[in-house]
Amino acid sequence: MPNSSQSPAPEAQAHEPRVVAFLCKWCSSAGSDLAGVSRIQYSANATPITIPCTGSMSPLYVLSAFNKGADGVLVSGCHPGDCHYMEGNYLARRKLYLVKQLLQFVGLEAERFRMSWVSAAEGAKFAEVIDEFVGDLRPLGPQTRLKAKH
Amino acid sequence: MSKRTGVFVCHCGKNIAATVDVKKVARELAKDDGVVFCEDYVYMCSDPGQGAVIDAIKENDLDGMVISCCSPTLHEKTFRDASELGGLSGFRCEIANIREQCSWVHKDPDEATDKAIKISRAAVRRVQRNEPLDPIGVPVTRRALVVGGGIAGIQTALDLADAGLDVILVEKQSTIGGNMLKLSETFPTLDCSQCILSPKMVAVSKNPRIRLLTESEVESVSGFVGNFRVRIKKKAQYVDPELCKLCDDCSQVCPVAVPNEYDEGLTNRRAIFIPFAQAIPASFTLDEAACLGLKPVVCGKCEEVCEAGAIDFDKRPTVFEEEVGAIVVATGYDLYGMDKLGEYGAGRYADVLDGLQFERLCSASGATEGHILRPSDHKVPKEIVFIQCSGSRDPENHCAWCSKICCMYTAKHATLYKHHVPDGQAYVFYIDIRSGGKGYEEFVQRSMEKDGVIYLRGRVSRVYEQGGKLRVLGVDTLSGRNVEIAADMVVLAQAMEPSKGTAEIAKTLKIGLGKDGFLAEAHPKLKPVESVTAGIYLAGAAQGPKDIPETVAQASAAASKVIALLSKEELHHSPTVAKVRDPYCTGCAMCVDACPYEAIGLVGGKAAVNEVLCQGCGSCVGVCVRAAIDVKNVSQLQIHEMISAVLAA
Ligand SMILES: Cc1cc2nc3c(=O)[nH]c(=O)nc-3n(C[C@H](O)[C@H](O)[C@H](O)COP(=O)(O)OP(=O)(O)OC[C@H]3O[C@@H](n4cnc5c(N)ncnc54)[C@H](O)[C@@H]3O)c2cc1C
Ligand code: SF4
Repeated sequence: MPNSSQSPAPEAQAHEPRVVAFLCKWCSSAGSDLAGVSRIQYSANATPITIPCTGSMSPLYVLSAFNKGADGVLVSGCHPGDCHYMEGNYLARRKLYLVKQLLQFVGLEAERFRMSWVSAAEGAKFAEVIDEFVGDLRPLGPQTRLKAKH
Repeated sequence: MSKRTGVFVCHCGKNIAATVDVKKVARELAKDDGVVFCEDYVYMCSDPGQGAVIDAIKENDLDGMVISCCSPTLHEKTFRDASELGGLSGFRCEIANIREQCSWVHKDPDEATDKAIKISRAAVRRVQRNEPLDPIGVPVTRRALVVGGGIAGIQTALDLADAGLDVILVEKQSTIGGNMLKLSETFPTLDCSQCILSPKMVAVSKNPRIRLLTESEVESVSGFVGNFRVRIKKKAQYVDPELCKLCDDCSQVCPVAVPNEYDEGLTNRRAIFIPFAQAIPASFTLDEAACLGLKPVVCGKCEEVCEAGAIDFDKRPTVFEEEVGAIVVATGYDLYGMDKLGEYGAGRYADVLDGLQFERLCSASGATEGHILRPSDHKVPKEIVFIQCSGSRDPENHCAWCSKICCMYTAKHATLYKHHVPDGQAYVFYIDIRSGGKGYEEFVQRSMEKDGVIYLRGRVSRVYEQGGKLRVLGVDTLSGRNVEIAADMVVLAQAMEPSKGTAEIAKTLKIGLGKDGFLAEAHPKLKPVESVTAGIYLAGAAQGPKDIPETVAQASAAASKVIALLSKEELHHSPTVAKVRDPYCTGCAMCVDACPYEAIGLVGGKAAVNEVLCQGCGSCVGVCVRAAIDVKNVSQLQIHEMISAVLAA
């Protein structure tokens, strides 16, 4: 399968990655609130969408985001064992692992999809997760593999 | 679908407006499809701000509302209520968080403004497909469970019963009272601990509304606020408290001797024993692990001598299933293990004690009947050293936190010592003195000035035995000199840590723990007695180190929260529950298995949601291959719309 983004063009270096961050309401969204309350600065490249639980993530959300031009997709939930709804995040982990494999199979860089566990008490970690992800996405340049061609 | 959406962009004073160009956000949003009203305002949550929401709805005939402001955890309810006042269903109002998730975390105004537009736009797209919902009414069980029978649990149970609620009080030991029952006298007034505690313990046992289950633990919990189902396991009750006459004949014949945990291991007890004369239930109890009689061929002496016939070796554990509307967790604290402070000779020398052991020495109900004697040779210690912050405030090696009460109880111990041994000398090693509290500072000052306790500011490096004395090596940082004291007894003010099993009970109840292992409150300032799970509350030292006054205050606060909760006829639970799109459902039952609340069943070959049980987690959404189930107001269509909004160029 040809991969159009294998060697990023020079101007791709300047590309600012656009990230969709799916945050579960109870842990990661609350963690992002804590980052805010603590005024921890991080990259503005990720826009959050709050969902009830990572267990409610449909694989289609991930595909849809890439299709609409996202350079990276993050799913962040409660730590394993701490899910507000008991086991939603285990469900998510199993399911999204398959999504990751599917994405690789269709030729997308594995680095473009990430899952993390951020609790309501981990404001600093939330900021780190975003900064790290955006930093890792930068060298990859724009995502064109799954982006809809107009 | 909403066609007349209104948007308010809040400045939050300068909190948002300093980084985000709020006027630009409003200008951009005004261009979006279906947005017929868009304004910025300095403080949306203020009274005039809320008034503006109401007016805008009425004047513009709005059928959807987005407030771009702070986190929904703060003001979602405020603005939903305002919407209702304006005649718009609260569920047609959504919050776009452009403060915590944007203005507070980004410096670059262009980037922040751009992101604020995306967040707000996503909320607009979502709200346009929100259904106007009504809360779901759920009946409440007007009964509460209190876990832990220390002073915190006792106070909570009494307050609840006083308000006319039925209470189940579960305590894992064989008596209620907790650590307070072991204390001698209490700072800052030096009133006798047992004298102020026992009337409350008796009140628990006499109150017809309180069902006391000692030697019991919560095994599992299901359900939700207003309607929890709990399974409680009670150990086999070999001695019937109704029949036991407290004659003590049984323990006289018992051949077993094991360290008495209720006396902090300073004395031994029999396998059949009563923890304290004041124990509630007032009964002897049989320690399964120590008893030989459970194999009757080996022993069974106590059963033979018990004239009341109160002993029965054939008893089995019992399991109760109970329904309660609310739960209060008051599982208390333990002292940090002495084995971890080898440098202070803890665990090695009999005369190096922890704070609770010293309480037992001072207590009239203790082994020495209130005389302070060395465990090693029963001599009166003439020089005694107290070491504060033992295991506390040492993030590298031990606990990071300040245990809060040890400055006070050490001052108390030194004072009590001087009252018992007027010609003795007490030394206290401290880092600094924390005596915030009514009458506390005065109490510490008195111990120094009136009782001549010598306070040395500095850490102790080592304690070792030499020539029958405990040599304490430390520094006095005020004089800059090394100090060596030849002491007869050393008392360590051990750190307070969450009681053993706290992590397990937190897991069973699905409530959070802080980094330090104490139970986590829902908000450090504004929700100090609520756990993160609705309907479960916290009281006492299980939530963090506390003295008795603070514990009692928190216990009553937790009780009042429960009373408020259970005074409602019905609880309302969020109507954002799962909804099956019938035509698409094939009845594969994947969702039935995925639902953690057993809220979905198959009816007529299609999935059907029990709205009372459904918590709206969406686990079903995640597994349905035909996208035939949605959570109301966060439907898959709405999420796809939000994704488009976020990624729009
Ligand atoms: C040496 C020392 C001296 C002190 N002196 C004073 C003083 O002078 N004045 C003062 O104000 N404070 C004093 N305190 C503090 C006081 O002991 C506490 O504030 C108080 O005991 C806290 O009460 P509690 O009910 O929260 O916890 P605890 O007393 O620890 O009670 C918790 C109870 O819960 C039970 N439990 C635990 N886990 C479970 C479970 N899973 N299921 C069922 N039951 C469970 C335990 O068996 C226990 O009965 C002193 C503390 C120490 C260590
Ligand atoms: S949203 Fe679905 S999985 Fe979650 S409780 Fe409701 S029916 Fe069950």
